[in-house]
Amino acid sequence: MSANKESWGSRVGLILAMAGNAVGLGNFLRFPVQAVQNGGGAFIIPYLVCFLVMGIPLLWIEWSMGRFGGKFGHHSTPFIVDTMHRNRLWKYIGVFGIWTNIAVASYYCYLESWTLSYVFHSLAGTFSGLDQNGVSAFFDEYVSLGDSTFGIPYEPILFFVICLLLNTWILSQGLAKGVERVAKIGMPLLILFGMFLAYKGFTITAGENGAINDSSVGLNFLWTPNFDELWSPTVWLAAAGQIFFTLSVGMGTIHCYASYVRSKDDIALNAMSAGWMNEFVEVVLGASILIPISIGYLGIDGVVNLVNSQGGLGLGFRTLPYLFYQWGDVLGAVAGVMWFGLLFFAGITSSLAMGTPWMGFLQDEFNWRRRPAAWSFGLIVLLLGMPTVLFFEYGVFDEYDYWAGTVSLVVFALFESILFAWVFGMNKGWREITSGADIKVPGIYKFIIKFITPLLLLWVFIGSLITPKGGDWAGAFRNGWVLDDGSIISKIKNTSLKRQLAEATDPAVIEQLQDTLFFVNASRILLVAMFLSIAVLVYMAYKKRVREGRI
Amino acid sequence: MNTSALVVMLGTMLLVTGVTLYFFYRVLNTPPKPEPDSFLDNDDEIERQAPRA
Repeated sequence: MSANKESWGSRVGLILAMAGNAVGLGNFLRFPVQAVQNGGGAFIIPYLVCFLVMGIPLLWIEWSMGRFGGKFGHHSTPFIVDTMHRNRLWKYIGVFGIWTNIAVASYYCYLESWTLSYVFHSLAGTFSGLDQNGVSAFFDEYVSLGDSTFGIPYEPILFFVICLLLNTWILSQGLAKGVERVAKIGMPLLILFGMFLAYKGFTITAGENGAINDSSVGLNFLWTPNFDELWSPTVWLAAAGQIFFTLSVGMGTIHCYASYVRSKDDIALNAMSAGWMNEFVEVVLGASILIPISIGYLGIDGVVNLVNSQGGLGLGFRTLPYLFYQWGDVLGAVAGVMWFGLLFFAGITSSLAMGTPWMGFLQDEFNWRRRPAAWSFGLIVLLLGMPTVLFFEYGVFDEYDYWAGTVSLVVFALFESILFAWVFGMNKGWREITSGADIKVPGIYKFIIKFITPLLLLWVFIGSLITPKGGDWAGAFRNGWVLDDGSIISKIKNTSLKRQLAEATDPAVIEQLQDTLFFVNASRILLVAMFLSIAVLVYMAYKKRVREGRI
Repeated sequence: MNTSALVVMLGTMLLVTGVTLYFFYRVLNTPPKPEPDSFLDNDDEIERQAPRA
């Protein structure tokens, strides 16, 4: 008998928790950068198309799979997918739905702890009086565990542990009293903070407070459509990838949350409400803060250089704190608290979701109680996350992000879409989606879920596996296929690192690259070991079920 | 802002905001199913109890 007696408090709470799961730091840091790099306003067309034909179907698939598994008392993907077909191997595909969350939480909680720390530094006025290089140097000092402005030894580790303790404690309070309560507070605050910062992003005037451009320059840069880019497979691949990250599909968290919904209750409208809420935060708020403010003060060339060298993360942590102080000390501090506060709420509502599949698995299969299950999650994330803190500069953080936060989402989503539409069967699947629905689900989605979504996912996977150099697909077909350093195959072979190593002449650089290569390979071994450990636990749980006559 | 950027931005933002508000409005205004349902907060509301057979 499972020790799992969790329930949601209210329907709005469930939707806010599900939207909070989807809304993450990527909504504010990744989306605007992707849009800028992929054709500005034209990016939004493939982005919305991918949302309609891949995002929405995956939301319905995952919500209905979760609710279906919940009927049998399953709250994590290994045994949710196990109920959908008699082939016992499916449950090992379901391991992705636990592993991804633990691995992503391991670096995501560290990222979340930066936002918490930056809230306090904004309050304490750490960034006041620093120039742009000063704020950037603060970030470098922080991630290399250097001197702390607060005088706290190993400050990043302390904030990481505080963040983990907070996550673990909230998880130990359960769904209704923990996760849902945080979502009910965090999501409205996030939207409020976002609206304030978006207002500031829309009202920058050249010549005032050191701004060199009006807001319109940044907004033009972001939204002017470049229709030539529309035919580039790279743009479509980027749009499809962004849909994955933003909706948190292919992770197993949606299955877990939805498994606590009873079979007669709606999932179709709930999925739409939570999914579109995430789109509102991303497209309306996310696009109105980072780029317009940065371009207002640094100009287009300055921002393009920063985006290419540091990405959205660099722009958000190295540059924005400095720009906020152009509005004066008080408003600078307030804007800093709001910016990092909204990133913190975006982060914690997602990291809490990452804890629930592991907890559900332990409660269902090994009769663990909620509190020890939550603390075990905290402990595992601490152990797996410490390498990302200690060896951040050696690429461990990026390695976790690439394999767990990028590749595995596509792999699991591809498998689950095939399972749902072709193995479980589209007719049964359609009944699951529409059962208890409070909206009429358009019939065209039966066709889309069966054919378009799996094909699109397959294309995204193959496109990522063999991405041609520079994303030049036409050139690759014409002149022969040279893999890009960002393709999965090149990543596995460490092509970029090995080339840098071969070209390096400075002994210090060579040593740094050799260390990086070692830590990159070590992180992969750690991640694989984690996956295999969970697979063994799933096997043990299966044998236990057989012994108890539950299968 | 130039016209094409303004059209794309306003079109996208209005569409996304409108659809988000529409679905959330539907959630708030759809009568809940009779007990037992998935949510704890309304368990004690007498008018929502399923009629006995």
